[in-house]
Parts: sequence; structure tokens; C-alpha cells
Amino acid sequence: MNDTVPTDVTASDASAEKALVTVENVRMHFRVGSPLAALVGGGASVVKAVDGIDFQLRQGESVGLLGESGCGKTTTGRLLLKLMEPTAGRIGFDNQNLADLSGAALSAFRRKAQLIFQNPFEALNPRFTIARALNEPIANAKVPIGERKELIIRAMELVRLSDPEQYLDRYPHQLSGGQLQRIVMARALILEPSFIVADEPVSMLDVSVRAGVLNVFRDVREKLGLTAIYISHDLALVRYVCQRTIVMYLGRIVEDGPTEEIVREPLHPYTKALVAAVPIPRPDQSHEPLPIGRGAPDARNPPSGCSFRDRCPLAHERCAIEMPAPTRVGERLVHCHIYDE
Amino acid sequence: MSELQDNNILLSVRDLKVAYRVGSKDVMAVDGASFDVPAGAIVGVVGESGCGKSTLVRALTRVLARSARIAGGEAFFEGTELFGLSEPDMNKLRWRDIAFIPQSAMNSLDPVYTVEAQLHEVLMQRGGMNRKEARQRSAELFEMVGIEPQRLRDYPHQFSGGMRQRVAIALALTLEPKLIIADEPVTALDVIVQRQILDQLKELQQRLGISVILVTHDISVVAYTCDKMVVMYAGRVTESGDTATVLTAPFHPYTMGLYNAFPDLAAAGGVLTPIQGAPPSLISPPPGCRFAERCPFCQAACRTVVPALIEVSEGHNTACHRVAEAADLRVKAAATETWEANA
Repeated sequence: MNDTVPTDVTASDASAEKALVTVENVRMHFRVGSPLAALVGGGASVVKAVDGIDFQLRQGESVGLLGESGCGKTTTGRLLLKLMEPTAGRIGFDNQNLADLSGAALSAFRRKAQLIFQNPFEALNPRFTIARALNEPIANAKVPIGERKELIIRAMELVRLSDPEQYLDRYPHQLSGGQLQRIVMARALILEPSFIVADEPVSMLDVSVRAGVLNVFRDVREKLGLTAIYISHDLALVRYVCQRTIVMYLGRIVEDGPTEEIVREPLHPYTKALVAAVPIPRPDQSHEPLPIGRGAPDARNPPSGCSFRDRCPLAHERCAIEMPAPTRVGERLVHCHIYDE
Repeated sequence: MSELQDNNILLSVRDLKVAYRVGSKDVMAVDGASFDVPAGAIVGVVGESGCGKSTLVRALTRVLARSARIAGGEAFFEGTELFGLSEPDMNKLRWRDIAFIPQSAMNSLDPVYTVEAQLHEVLMQRGGMNRKEARQRSAELFEMVGIEPQRLRDYPHQFSGGMRQRVAIALALTLEPKLIIADEPVTALDVIVQRQILDQLKELQQRLGISVILVTHDISVVAYTCDKMVVMYAGRVTESGDTATVLTAPFHPYTMGLYNAFPDLAAAGGVLTPIQGAPPSLISPPPGCRFAERCPFCQAACRTVVPALIEVSEGHNTACHRVAEAADLRVKAAATETWEANA
């Protein structure tokens, strides 16, 4: 890693050709605490769920958004789908500014950008048959009635549900978790989107069926050339479906680069701890203590400078004063002062 | 029961059956489970949701849902048969000898009392301590699990998920039990916190020389933490033995399949191979081996005859009709096509 000379870069120069999604200095701040408490001078405070992130997604790229709970990964996913408006910054999709979309352009965007939900047991209306659940998005998109059934069957075949007709009249509770998650995927894919956000899509599934759903996700994405964001806290899963990974900590990006390289040699001290913490299913693994301080990230009170410094074993004075800018190391962007001095 | 003579066995479970009343039928959530917990060891009970692992360990504390009952079998704890004990006698064992950490520590702590009050309740009512002793012991316990004793006065909601899990471990340790049963203690936690909690649990277990039963669905957690493991499938034990042996040379096709389906960060790239299908319904379980329908090595006998749990080498048990061919099956099971052919 030290054979490449680190140079300062701005995030926007990362091969801009054919960027489908561009995220520029996006922030999402939530006000927490009661308004009454704020009136009497108490602490209505601000949680900076996303605090200035920059990245681009190239057409057809699959990128993992990795981090612990509360790091802002799910908020980022929601912002990308325009399910909420950012406090600051700009999100571009296909050369349009998401903030400007309305009317027909917004409908078109909604068709092109889809979400795969985390919990398949809750993502489908229990009182809708599978046919009705799958019909809903295409009916909303005003697909002629005559074409709908064919679309439904095709979407189900795409997610490898064999003999799809058998599921049409069934209700969600009659299906297994793996089957349900495939239906949820079929529903997201039925309008032929170009961009998918998958938020922990297998975390509710058992290990033995998880692999099947991941394989479908991986194959479908490749086959259709979809651009995808895969949100997860599990690096082993991200690695299985994403060539590139963005690691987040307390609302900021700490490392961004090819997944294999991150797994093999994490650069940021936080990523190092994250990789070391993943247990592997073998008896002969390392039991070294984690290179990270105790405690949990506090989103209401992040430390000054680098938000990881209070848990970082390598933190020095500069980390408290200056927020680290992204530094290019090989194919990676690392936000850490170790690499920019 | 040669195990009874064996001083190293703390808990010996034999042919345990737990039934849930569903309508007018009994559903056997645990249908004949046998395994041993040696003194000073961590034993992992691993399986998918609905395999009966939580019901199994709850039965050992005899705290079950109202619709559930122990329908057969025995559990010897230091030679005492637990299921034959009167309720007051069983109650004496709880906390003092066998402590339980429930699945979600978040819900196991009372939100309206400080954690100190909850520790004191156990220490004073169960442990017979006075307030001063209880206060001192609480502080010790907090230090033991790595929380500053000042935080004893805090309420559960003031702790993060990982901290609450530590509080639950502290609670379980209050009366220095010989056995701690932890049901999915790290499931809802992030990997870094998960690792810290597991390290803590392991360190305490070694320092205090206690035994732990750790219930989990995650074989990597078992690989990291447990000396021994018990694999359950659809209410039955399919394989048990030393973790290293079971993971490196499994005898049951289910264990082989589980291993294939699990992402391994230390392995290069690779393919994840799912096990086709889903576990059978326990309302009308199949007559033979419960894994038969999903097993790529299923033969005619597997569908009709229940395989017995037999010892394949010392301390390593498997319930499979094809144990004799295990080495051969292991090679075949490593190939993705083997599992796809069964689709």
C-alpha cells in the first residue's frame, strides 16, 4: 500500500464517465428532542445522520454501503431514492438533479429507481395475494391490463421462482422467507429499473436460504446491468455481491474502494477493526484484540476533527483539529491523516 | 448413563422432548435431543429459526411458554435430574447454579428500574446479601463486564445495545452460577460490539471456570467462541462434537451444507451454495430423517427410518444413515452442482 504516493484529490474526479448517480457534499441532519425542551433552553439537538458525503456510481456498478448501525447508511439509501430531501448538497441521477424532479419526471425516476426491503415478512401486504402485490406497481405505472400477467410471470422467472403460476393466488404467510424475498425482488424489478437500493435484503433470512437469494441478486444485477447499492453491516455479504465498497462511520465516508482490496488490506483504522471483527466459520481464526477503543459512536456528540478519533488507536493531535480530506491510495479513497502527510 | 460417573460433565441432556399445544395437537419443537455440557466449556447450539434451539435451552431452565411442556427425557445437572425437581427446588437452582441470558437483553431489563435496582433484587432476594454487600458486589460485577460502576444508577434506555448486553451478562453472573445459558446474545449487535461481547464472555468463562451454552444461528460465532457444538435441525440433534472436528470434518450433510452456505471472509472469492428448499413443518414432520427432502445424498431408507444419533469418533455424534460414506460425501458436498441437482 505504501508504494503508491498519496495525492490529494477531490471526490468528483473519480472517473466521471457514465456516472449514473452523483452525490456531492450531501448532508442530512435530523432535529431530535422535543420542541418544548428547546423552548425552555433544554437540549433539542441535531443528529448529523449524513454529514458531507461525496461519491459517484458508474452505470452498471454494484457498490456496498458498509457500516455499523447509526452510521447513516440507510439514510443515504433513502436520500438516493428521494424518499427524503437532503439538508444540504446535491444528488444527481442520470444528469438530473433529484431536488428538481416533479410531476412526470419524478414518476419516471420512481420507475427507474427501486428499493428492495430488509424484512420480506413485512414488506408485503398480508392481505394481498402475490399476484396483487406484483400487479400494484405495474398498475400504478399504467401498464395495459393485457400485458400485466406476462410481466408478472417474467419478473418471477427472473428471480428464479420455478413454476411461478403456483404462487399467484397465495398469500405471503403461505411462502417461506426465501420465497418472499424473491417476490420482494420481483416486485422491485418488474418495472425494469436501472437503479436498485437493497437495504440488508437477507438479514432476516436463515443461512441456508440466504445464499440462494444473494445468488439471484448477483445474477439478476449482472444480467440486466443494473446499478446497485447494497446496504449492509456484514462485509462478508457485501463482498459477495459488490465489486466496490464504501465504508461509513458516523455520517461520513472513511474508505471507498474495490471490495477485495478492502478485505485483503483495509487502510482506514476503522475499516481495519471492522475487517478484524468479522468472525469466520473456521476454528483456526485469530483471537487478537480488536484495534479499536471501547465505547460506541455517539451521533449527537461526534468528536471534533475526525469522527473516529476517540476510538482510534493511531489518533494524534491533528486528528482532533482537522477533518481528514479524502486521499487517493491506489484505487482507494481514504479519509485519514495517516495517509495525507 | 456412563456420563453420570464422569466428573467432567456438568450437564447431561438425554432424549429431551418439548411439545407445544397447537389447537388439539402436540407439536414437538424438540424431539429427542441428547448432548453433554462439560464443566468449564462453551457449548454452541446452532441451527436455523424454528429448529428448536431456543425451546431446548429454555426447557433446561424449566421456564417455558404456557402452551409448552416437557414431554419426555432427562437432564442431569451435577447428577440431579432437573425435570423431576419440585418447583421450589428448581427455583433454588435458577440464578444460583443456572443463569439465563434471554434473546434480547433490551427487553429483559425492566425499563422503570435502574440497573442497580435490578442487580440488587437478585443479590438480596436470591443471594441473601444486605444492601451494603449488594452495592459492593454490583460494582464488582460492572467492572467485570467492563462498564464503569458510576453507570449503575442509569436506566436501561441510557445504555447502548452492546452495553445492555453487558448488563445482562453481569446479571447472569450475580450469584456465580456454574452454567450460563445465553440465547442469541450477540444477534442484534454490530460486528465490532459482537466481537467485544464474545471476548468478554469467553474471558469471564475462563477466569471463573464456568460453563456456557451459547445458542446462535451463526456458525462463525460458534467457530470463534465455542469448544463444542450441537447442530439442530427441525427439532433434532443432527451432529455434535468438538467445534474444530465438526467444522473441519462434518459427518452430517446438513452441517456440510450449512458450511457451504456461509460466507467466509478469509477464503478467496468463492461461491455460496444454498441448501434447496425449507425445513419441514413440525406439525406433520416427515417419518424418516427430517433433512431427507433437502439432502442431496438422500436414499430410500432416509425417507422412512429415523437415523439414530451415533458416535462416529470419541465425543463426535451424528444422526445420518450414510455415516460410513462421510469422507466421500464431504468431497461431493463441496461442489455446488451437488446441491443444485437436488433443486
